[in-house]
Amino acid sequence: MNPLNIELGLGVLGLLLLLAEPFLSSSRKVLAYVAIAGLLVALLTLITSGGSMSVPATMQEFYIADALALFYKGVAIISTLAVIIISLEYAPVLNKFVAGDNARGKEAGLGEFVSLPLFVCVGMMVMASAKDLITIFVSLELVTVSFYVLVSFMRRSAMSLEAGVKYLILGALSTGLLVYGMAWVYGLTGQMSLDGIQKALVNWKGDNTPLLFGAALVLAGLGFKVAAVPFQIWVPDVYQGAPTPITAFLSVGSKAAGFAVLTRVVETFTAKGSVIGDQVIQLLLILAGATILVGNLSAIAQTNFKRLLGYSSIAHAGYLLLALACVHQHSLAIAPRNIVAFYLATYLPMTFLCFLVLSAAKAQGVGEDLKSLKGLGHKSPLLGLALTIALASLAGLPLTAGFMGKMFVIFAATYESNYLCLALAIIGAATGFYYYFKVILTIYSTPEVETEKIRLSVLSKVMLGVFVAAIIVIGVYPDAIQHVLVAAVK
Amino acid sequence: MSPLEIIILLPILAALAVWLGAPSRGTSLAISLVNLAIVATLFVQYSGQHVDGKMAYQAAHTVLTTPHIQFAVGADGLSLTMALLTTIVTAAAVWCTVDKERIYYTASLLISAGALGAFLSTDIFFLYAFHELALIPTFLIIALYGHGEKKEAAWKITLYLGVGSLILLAGLAGVVWLCSPKGALTFDLAQLKPFVGKDNAAWWGTYCFFTLLLGFGTLVSLFPFHSWAAPAYASAPTPIAMLHSGVLKKFGLYGLIRIALPLFPGAIHTPWIQQALLLMLLGNILVVGLITIHQRRLDDLLANSSVMHMGYIFLGLASGNALGINGAVLLMFAHGISISLLFLLNGKLRNQVGTLEFDKLGGLATNAPFLSIIFGIAAFASIGLPGLANFAGEVLIFLSTFQGFDVTKGFTMLQITTILSLWGVVISAVYMLRAYRKIFFGAPASGLFVSDPTLSQRVPMFFLSAVLLIVGCQPSLLLNVIQSSITAIGLK
Repeated sequence: MNPLNIELGLGVLGLLLLLAEPFLSSSRKVLAYVAIAGLLVALLTLITSGGSMSVPATMQEFYIADALALFYKGVAIISTLAVIIISLEYAPVLNKFVAGDNARGKEAGLGEFVSLPLFVCVGMMVMASAKDLITIFVSLELVTVSFYVLVSFMRRSAMSLEAGVKYLILGALSTGLLVYGMAWVYGLTGQMSLDGIQKALVNWKGDNTPLLFGAALVLAGLGFKVAAVPFQIWVPDVYQGAPTPITAFLSVGSKAAGFAVLTRVVETFTAKGSVIGDQVIQLLLILAGATILVGNLSAIAQTNFKRLLGYSSIAHAGYLLLALACVHQHSLAIAPRNIVAFYLATYLPMTFLCFLVLSAAKAQGVGEDLKSLKGLGHKSPLLGLALTIALASLAGLPLTAGFMGKMFVIFAATYESNYLCLALAIIGAATGFYYYFKVILTIYSTPEVETEKIRLSVLSKVMLGVFVAAIIVIGVYPDAIQHVLVAAVK
Repeated sequence: MSPLEIIILLPILAALAVWLGAPSRGTSLAISLVNLAIVATLFVQYSGQHVDGKMAYQAAHTVLTTPHIQFAVGADGLSLTMALLTTIVTAAAVWCTVDKERIYYTASLLISAGALGAFLSTDIFFLYAFHELALIPTFLIIALYGHGEKKEAAWKITLYLGVGSLILLAGLAGVVWLCSPKGALTFDLAQLKPFVGKDNAAWWGTYCFFTLLLGFGTLVSLFPFHSWAAPAYASAPTPIAMLHSGVLKKFGLYGLIRIALPLFPGAIHTPWIQQALLLMLLGNILVVGLITIHQRRLDDLLANSSVMHMGYIFLGLASGNALGINGAVLLMFAHGISISLLFLLNGKLRNQVGTLEFDKLGGLATNAPFLSIIFGIAAFASIGLPGLANFAGEVLIFLSTFQGFDVTKGFTMLQITTILSLWGVVISAVYMLRAYRKIFFGAPASGLFVSDPTLSQRVPMFFLSAVLLIVGCQPSLLLNVIQSSITAIGLK
């Protein structure tokens, strides 16, 4: 089966939902349920026919359906599912800031809020498969342009609009850098496909400075997407202002897709015999070290949970970059691309859990400040437990998924003899203990004012259960993910 | 299913049940006693059947193929001794927790499960992971329900132990790298081979050993990485102080004996490492000892004394011979029991009298003779009086350092350290006896009323002091199994 079929199907579904919305007389929530059903079908198709995917000969130049691609497609679909479920919790807030007090506009905008994530999903799925500069660029733009709308979706909220503008301007800048870099690479090598570029890099004769310039620009452009320092400045404000489900989407889906592309690009640049391989690795290590340090240290002072998660997202990007840079070590018997994929698979459930709790809290009138989460653990022990597990996993406590990912990174750095980055990773992880534990402590301390118990819909409860189970299962039985990564190859 | 898996899983399941609403004290107490019974049975069975000191009750489930990680359990004399310590202290700690929020019981059970898992795992990954499992409950309980400067103490312990365990993780990465059989990374202790570095590769082993020493050492409050311990123990609620200082802290020492010493044979005799270790442990014994003398409150005194006594155990390890390590393990057990008994009494006094300052206490023996006798036993054990468990361990350690003493060559660095450490015994005697006198004898301070604990509350105290007496009079009960296992893991 052609893997593009799934993407086309989801794209058509998104368009249909967009069309159906004006004619809908009943609750807009139906659209969300249809989207969830569609995504579940897509996920099932991907899982059942994962092994038998074949790309038509005409597409093989720019489209690949290897294990990595299928894995990231799965991640894209699961994140979109989670985002739509979370936005159902978040609907009251969305409504307030989209329709205002206008009763006639009840649930206005919910339709677009369902179909746009579907477009993002399509973009991310193509990104996972892209192995040609043009495909990378087009799919990336599909994702980014949809995000411009989604981030500033709450048009009556100044924060959301501010976030939208910031994301638009910096996103456009990063796109510019990316295209400029691509132009250089193409101009020098005469190749658009990554395979061709790799060959050209290996056979390159003469000065490699211009190549390096192009490569650095491409890395900078992609660095914006995955929030690597120094291209992270947009993160805190955009994360804080955007509707919470979209923040989660940015933090997980967008980052995963970004790393899918980054993995392929970096593998091309650092292929055996590449003339710019060593310099690109140096560049990555610098990015990684700076990102770990800045992300973790800035998170310490945060009092807003959403902002804290923003910085934490930066910090995690740092560990991912570090893993990506450890291309020489073979002792671990896990390739960097698989460490990154594994890390992202662990990062997904824990981050979504935090944002789910945040969305539900916000929808029920609780703020996003750490202060307002006080006492959550006592009022709803289950929710508290879930959040505790998610945060422990983010901090990297063993027996949770987060630890496995961090362990692989630390091991890879040790075997690569990157002692400086190893030290930074240790400092970063220790800092992480502080700010994640601070949140855990908050949810178990006594609140200053009595607050209501936070309620969750059935769908959210299911999602909560699945993600908590995923965190513990991956943490105790990491082979589960390794099987997925390895099985897809066979 | 191995019985070891059951005793690790039981407390975790019980903790979950308690958290979700099961009767807290009943469930926890029942599970702790069941666990104690199982471990005691296994211990008796093991000492009867396995004179060779090999691993028994093994079970393994692979959780990751490359690198090879498995959930593997197994027990020899060393780990069973530690498991016995864990279950004894857990039972006592849960028994003495009355009328508290359920989070207390959950935390105690989780710490107990973490310690059991760490002592009984034969795979480095889970050995490490289980220890960390106990970090969250310890932190939460101290931060939420501690005494005095609780937040500060909680952060200190979290960050110190967090950094310590990350350094440890880097060290363990080195172990897996250096000691795995060729071409296949494994975390399985049975498959890891002692590292023999040729000429210029030898320093890898030395540095890896040193990293492990720093990582594990931080977890055991080795000087100068000890400053988290005293405030944390002084501030922690009674059951947590008992479990952490009595049991969990021994994990670092256990790890050194189980992983670092056998896999890097001879590394402990590398001059610079031995000198560094001797210097650090003298810091524990003398510097922290002098700090302890100056404490004016019972909880601060006990917390510091617990840090101080780690120095002796490190001395046993520094000797690097089987005798010293035997003594170290015995002292780990004895110290675990005596310090948890002391913290238990400390909690009683805090609840009843409301103050722990020596200046405000006095003459309690008149109204509470039972309490004063038990405190006496615990204090004497802690000083190292013959007939009580700690003495046997300390004597073995001191003797071990004089193995191979050559009259013609004079004292080695190790022996000089021992001689200096002996002053530590005097220091212990000074502060413990003074505390004992100030609290229980002399003129009764006005407005103080204290009575002997109820019968039910006497049970854990009586139990712990009985263990101290029995092991003190008959140390061979433990030493037999410890010794055979120490030999079996290749320490001579």
